[in-house]
Amino acid sequence: MKILVVTEHRQGKWNNASFETLAAAQQIAGAANGSVSAAVLGKGISAFADGLGTKAVAEVLSVEHDLLADYTPDGYCIALKQVIESARPDLVLFPHTYQVRDFAPKLAASLGKGMIGDCVGYRSEGGKLVFVRQMFQGKTVADVSFLGSGPWFASFQAGAFRADLVQAHASGKAPVNGVNVQLNAAQIRTKPLELFKEAKSAVDLTQAPLIVAIGRGIKAPENIPQAEAVARAMGAEIAASRPICDEGWLPMERQIGSSGQTVAPKLYLALGISGAIQHVVGMKGARTIVAINKDQNAPIFEIADYGVVGDIFEIMPALAEELQKAK
Amino acid sequence: MKIIVCIKQVPSKDAPLAISGSWIKESDIGFEMNEPDSFALEEALRLKEKHGGEVIALSMGPERVKQTIKEALAKGADRGIHFADDKFFELDPLGASKALSAAAKNENADLILTGLQSDDQGFGQTGVLMAAELDRPHATIIMAIEVNGANLKLKRELEAGWFQHIECPLPAVLSIQSGINKVRYATLKGIMAAKKKEIATVSRESLGVSSESTQRVEKIYVPTKTKKTEFLTGTPKEMAAKLVEKLKFEARVI
Repeated sequence: MKILVVTEHRQGKWNNASFETLAAAQQIAGAANGSVSAAVLGKGISAFADGLGTKAVAEVLSVEHDLLADYTPDGYCIALKQVIESARPDLVLFPHTYQVRDFAPKLAASLGKGMIGDCVGYRSEGGKLVFVRQMFQGKTVADVSFLGSGPWFASFQAGAFRADLVQAHASGKAPVNGVNVQLNAAQIRTKPLELFKEAKSAVDLTQAPLIVAIGRGIKAPENIPQAEAVARAMGAEIAASRPICDEGWLPMERQIGSSGQTVAPKLYLALGISGAIQHVVGMKGARTIVAINKDQNAPIFEIADYGVVGDIFEIMPALAEELQKAK
Repeated sequence: MKIIVCIKQVPSKDAPLAISGSWIKESDIGFEMNEPDSFALEEALRLKEKHGGEVIALSMGPERVKQTIKEALAKGADRGIHFADDKFFELDPLGASKALSAAAKNENADLILTGLQSDDQGFGQTGVLMAAELDRPHATIIMAIEVNGANLKLKRELEAGWFQHIECPLPAVLSIQSGINKVRYATLKGIMAAKKKEIATVSRESLGVSSESTQRVEKIYVPTKTKKTEFLTGTPKEMAAKLVEKLKFEARVI
C-alpha cells in the first residue's frame, strides 16, 4: 500500500497535527508492508521539505509554486490533483484541520472519490482497512470502509495519534523531489487577505494550572456565578465550551476547544459539558479530568478520571462549600 | 439576492439513541433542526433583510423533515424544497451533496449556505462538495459576510483564535460557523404566514440523480472506554466532599 500524507504549515510554522498523521501513516504502512511519502505545498518551502526528509518516508514531494504561497482551496485542489495523478498513491491521508476541511473533500471529488473525514483510528480486518470515526457528537463511533478502487482519502482528528511516535529516517535523509504543477491565476477564484487575531486576550488559559469549565448544562447566564464560586474556592480560571461563548455568556477568550484554546492544566473540572469532540480536543491533555453531568452516557465520562452523575445545580454549591472547608 | 439554505433534520440533542445496524432506531425519538444549520438560516434571513431577495430552505429526508422546513418558513424563509428520500441516511457525503446540488441547480441562486456540520453524522463536507458539484467558489467556517456588489468579503475562522479575511465572487457556496449570529425564534405571525408558503417536493427520479457510494458505514456502536473513571456516589454534599478529598489526597491537584 502506497500512502501519501499531505502536511500543513502556516506563517512559517508546522501544524503539528501533520506529524500525528504521518505517525498514523507509518503505522498503517508498517502493518501492510507499504510505503509512506509526504507532500508539502507552498512557496520557499525547502526548510519544511528538508524537515520532512528526516522522517522515515520513501520520499518528500515538494510542491512549489508562486500561487501556492497563500492557501486557497482552488490552488490546493488543482495542485494536489496533479500530485496524486503522478504519484499514484492508494491512500491519501490528511490531518483533520480547518484547512483540510476546506479543500480535501473537493480534491477527492475532483478525482471521483469520497473522503472519510475526522477519523479517530483505523483497523485492519482481514487486509481490509476500516476507519473509525465518531457520530452523534461522540455518543457513538462508526466503522467506515471504502468502496471501489483508490485512491482513497481520509483525515485524522487532532490528537488521534501521537506525533512523538513518528519514526526518524534510518539513514538520515529521504530524497526530496520537486513536483511541477500547472496552475494559473485565473483558476483561483477566492482571494486570501490578511490573517489576524481578535483583541488580545487578557487571560491566558494555557498557563492556568486549574480550570473550571461550563457547558450547555449551565442553562442560563444567571447561573454562571455558581460555577464562578466553585472556581474561586479552588483558585481556578473559569472557561467554557463553544455554545456558552457563542451565546455571549462568557467572552470568546474563555473558550476551550478546536476553535478556541487548547489547554493541559493539572485539573480540568467540566460542569454540564457533554464532551462533544470539538471541545474534547482542547482539553483532553489535562492531567486530571473531573466530569459532572446529569447524563451518565455523556461522552465526557469517556475521558474523565472522576465522574459525578448528578445535577450540577445541587453539586456546585456543595462543592464550593467543601472546597472552602478544605482550604 | 437569492439564497438557498441547506438544512438537515437530526435527532434531538437529548434523544436516547438506540443503535440499529448502521443507523439508529427512529421510532421513539424526536427530531429537530440541526443547530449549525440554524445559524446558516439566520444568516440568510439577515442577508435578505439587508439586500432584498429570497430565501429557500432545502432539506433532504423522509416526510418528517417537512416539519423542519416549516420551522424555517416560520422564521422567515420564503419557500421550501423537500428532497424526499427515506434512505438518505445511507448516503455518503458525496451522494448527499450530489442530490442536494441537483435540487439547487435549477434555482440558480446567488448564494448557497450550509451549516458547519450535522450533529448526527458530522461529515462536515456538504458545502465544499456542493461547490465542487456546481463548480462554484466556496469558503468554510465563515464568521462574517459583507456583500460588495458581485463580491463577498468574508471572515473565515482558523484554529487557535486566528481569523482571515478573504474575497469571494458570487455566486458562491459558504459553510457558516456556529455562533456567527444570534438565532431568532419564530413569531406567531411567522408561524401563521408559513402555512401559506409553498414546499415543493423533488425526488431522485424527478431530478434524474443517482450516485454510487464511495464509502460504507459498516456498523455504529458505543465506544469502548479507554480510561477508567471512578464514579462518586451519594448525596450532592457527600459527592462534593469525596471529590475534594480525592483531588486533594489522591490526584493531589488542589
